[in-house]
Amino acid sequence: MNSQNPVIQVDGLSRTYRDVPALTDVTFSLQPGIICGLLGRNGAGKTTLMRMLTGQEFPSAGSTRVFGENPVENSRVLQKMCFVSEGQRYPDGYQARHVLAGAPWFFADWDAAFADDLVEKFRLPLRRDVRKLSRGQQSALGVILGLASRAPVTIFDEPYLGLDAVARHTFYDTLLADYAERPRTILLSTHLIDEVSNLLEHVLVLDEGRLLLDQSAESLRGSASAVAGRAGDVDSFAEGRQVLHRDTLGGLATVTISGRLSAADHRAAAAAGLEIAPVSFQQLIVDLTTPSSPRTAAASVVYE
Amino acid sequence: MDEGRPIFQQIAERVENDILSGALVEEGQVPSTNEFAMFYRINPATAGKGVNLLVEQGILYKRRGIGMFVATGARERITARRRELFVLEYVAPMLAEAASLGIEPDQLGQLITDQLTAGRLSEKETR
Repeated sequence: MNSQNPVIQVDGLSRTYRDVPALTDVTFSLQPGIICGLLGRNGAGKTTLMRMLTGQEFPSAGSTRVFGENPVENSRVLQKMCFVSEGQRYPDGYQARHVLAGAPWFFADWDAAFADDLVEKFRLPLRRDVRKLSRGQQSALGVILGLASRAPVTIFDEPYLGLDAVARHTFYDTLLADYAERPRTILLSTHLIDEVSNLLEHVLVLDEGRLLLDQSAESLRGSASAVAGRAGDVDSFAEGRQVLHRDTLGGLATVTISGRLSAADHRAAAAAGLEIAPVSFQQLIVDLTTPSSPRTAAASVVYE
Repeated sequence: MDEGRPIFQQIAERVENDILSGALVEEGQVPSTNEFAMFYRINPATAGKGVNLLVEQGILYKRRGIGMFVATGARERITARRRELFVLEYVAPMLAEAASLGIEPDQLGQLITDQLTAGRLSEKETR
């Protein structure tokens, strides 16, 4: 389908801190110009992966290529990337206006007028010590940097801590509008899956340092269904299908089935008196990354 | 957006609904992919996929450099397909529910007639 060279290529990437593995044998590639979600629980390895993509961390094994090159201390690559990390630190006495004034040195495509616009939108105080800004204002500064950098590869790591719902939607709307005009690669790590799922074109899910899912958001949406009814009927319907999860209540059962159901499946279920409900994007990710439950084991069989 | 169903299909359905309701007229221009994306807060590629689905079905057509338009006869085509789906999506589930409640086919017919009559009466009252 897409014959372009991948903008990000990760092969067998592993990172171990002392004896603790943070990432294990992660392999994927991203086509340019898409918005990709990096999802997973805390400690799944999202930040480690993002730091390695931006050359701030060395792999223990494997390789990272961005624009076909190793990003570590590579200014050609790094000036085309912007990494908005959670809790970015700045020198003493640094104000937001200093951060914005310095941005053109780091980002080749920096748009100062767009940044001014965003400062208004997010009501960011420019002449206050960055350390004295609220958590939400610091996040707004990060979001402004990320958007106005117009970097061909822009990486947001949980960019909205402390941002209220209004500011988050300002972020989503601005991201979408600017992306529509200037498509670029956006990698976004987030816990607010329901809020961003419609913005995503591709999804990477990390679980305990391993890549659990690497697929298009559309193919993931609706890829599981919850079937409910009398336990016997539910089980005979589920027979031969991949069951991610099963709950029972007395003689009733609900199973989460992986794979799309056909119109004939729907008719068969209706005829058997079974109810079929969609499983939300967020619920599916939660199901897939919940530990020590049978569904995780089943899921990794399906998606590996 | 309804969870669990591909968004591009939902976008296509909404455009179809707008054509059926007359909000979008045949040979009239429809919003651009990016406008759909912004309005529904969805990825532009997804919006594009929904629009392309309608182009493949001959509901919309592209005028190079100008935009996307509703094809002549689109309304009729949508109605015909929706009528086929009506049996699967409405009639069949209703029959299944009726059977589980022990409602006989002739009783079901009577219920529908009664409902239509009641609907006409209340319509008259509100006039």
